[in-house]
Amino acid sequence: MRKQFKAVALSLALAFAAPAFAQDELNFDAYREMLADGNPAELYEMEGEELWRTARGPKNATLEQCDLGLGAGVVPGAAAQLPRHFADTDRVQDLESRLMYCMETLQGIPSEQIIKGKFLKDERAKLAALVAYVVTHSNGEKIAIDLSHPKMKEMYALGEKAFYYRTGAMDFACSSCHSQDGKRIRATQLPNITKPEGAAAGWGSWPAYRVSNSQFWTMQHRLWDCFRQQRTAEPIFASDVTIALSVFMAGKGNGAEAVWPGVKR
Amino acid sequence: MKKLFIVAPLALCASVAMADELQAKVEDMMLKSFQANGIATLERQKQDEVQKACSSPTPPDADTMKRLEAAEMATIKWPADGHYIDGDWKEGQKIALSGRGLTWTDKTPDNNGGGCYNCHAMDPKEVSAGTIGVSLEGYGKTRGNSEEVIKYTWGKLWNSKAYNACSDMPRNGFGGILTEVQIRHVMAYLFDPASPVNQ
Repeated sequence: MRKQFKAVALSLALAFAAPAFAQDELNFDAYREMLADGNPAELYEMEGEELWRTARGPKNATLEQCDLGLGAGVVPGAAAQLPRHFADTDRVQDLESRLMYCMETLQGIPSEQIIKGKFLKDERAKLAALVAYVVTHSNGEKIAIDLSHPKMKEMYALGEKAFYYRTGAMDFACSSCHSQDGKRIRATQLPNITKPEGAAAGWGSWPAYRVSNSQFWTMQHRLWDCFRQQRTAEPIFASDVTIALSVFMAGKGNGAEAVWPGVKR
Repeated sequence: MKKLFIVAPLALCASVAMADELQAKVEDMMLKSFQANGIATLERQKQDEVQKACSSPTPPDADTMKRLEAAEMATIKWPADGHYIDGDWKEGQKIALSGRGLTWTDKTPDNNGGGCYNCHAMDPKEVSAGTIGVSLEGYGKTRGNSEEVIKYTWGKLWNSKAYNACSDMPRNGFGGILTEVQIRHVMAYLFDPASPVNQ
């Protein structure tokens, strides 16, 4: 399975490496169209589905009793309503932190392993595959997060503040790159996240398969790399800032259709 | 009527207190949600005055902007020998093209790129140029090389916030992103008649 995936990913990378220059790079929509019927993220989705149903961890349990917000084991449509406030934890959780919670409570896999881990490695890689599985079952759904709980309201407000929060060696905030229409960094198009369409374009197209490095990136991974490029210190996996920014983006993008998983350069 | 008079200032106080509380919470979050990694220490999560003043959708009032800009202006290090543009444009080009440096995956803090092309068009032949900043195509050719223009450009490269406190541009010299020698090379890339920028 892994081998097969690698072969597919490699051939795709080769197929798309050639035209990745100059003007072609400025118009990436063509890539997306070509990949629309065969998103390599499918392989992660299959792995994730397997992981969902496989008894694992010290408790040797599956994730089939995991409540993603719509009831125990209900996957279809769940991602479209995340992040949400969960009564059992009294916390706002995104898909990744909720899955991490399920892995700990149901399977006995310590969250610390994931928080202290690395992207694309070990339990954090397995979590990403589970994300691929869950979001695929909200593909085409409208983003519909419920902001009515006071803790959701607070997270949204904190996310908005964090979005404009300048810090680090280069004085950047998210807003430095994502608050104007039609701008680019080099050849990369930047969504204007201060507007609903831009927020929906960002939130509703990650997690995604990245053709340039043949990797599947979750939203936590995407945000982590945004902060790396902002030259901040390293955001902690599933920390409040990542949840707050997610609530801000999803909340602003509410009502728009999600394309999950996405395909990116 | 009397009641209204009492209630209105109270409500105002309450909303100001809530805004302060939110501000305190976001400052706490921007520290506690991060960890030090390599050269990217937690010091980076603490805002200086300019960063703090420019962290909302609207810039501060004109007086505050002026005061901040004056303070930033005082940090600019002008070349001691008065040589602003005698660097090597080829070196400047490398610096302008490179967006590397200062992330937690970078080891050395002294060979950073300027990342100019991330936001600016410079050499008209380079298609992969960002659009957040103004186009700098033909910079020296169109703006000339008067003392005023040259000094402004040096100052803008060293500390952009001296000219606009809430500029999107990093403070290259002040922030230790580029060295004085590197800035001299970037100056040559902008002003040298032989530089591709001016073709």
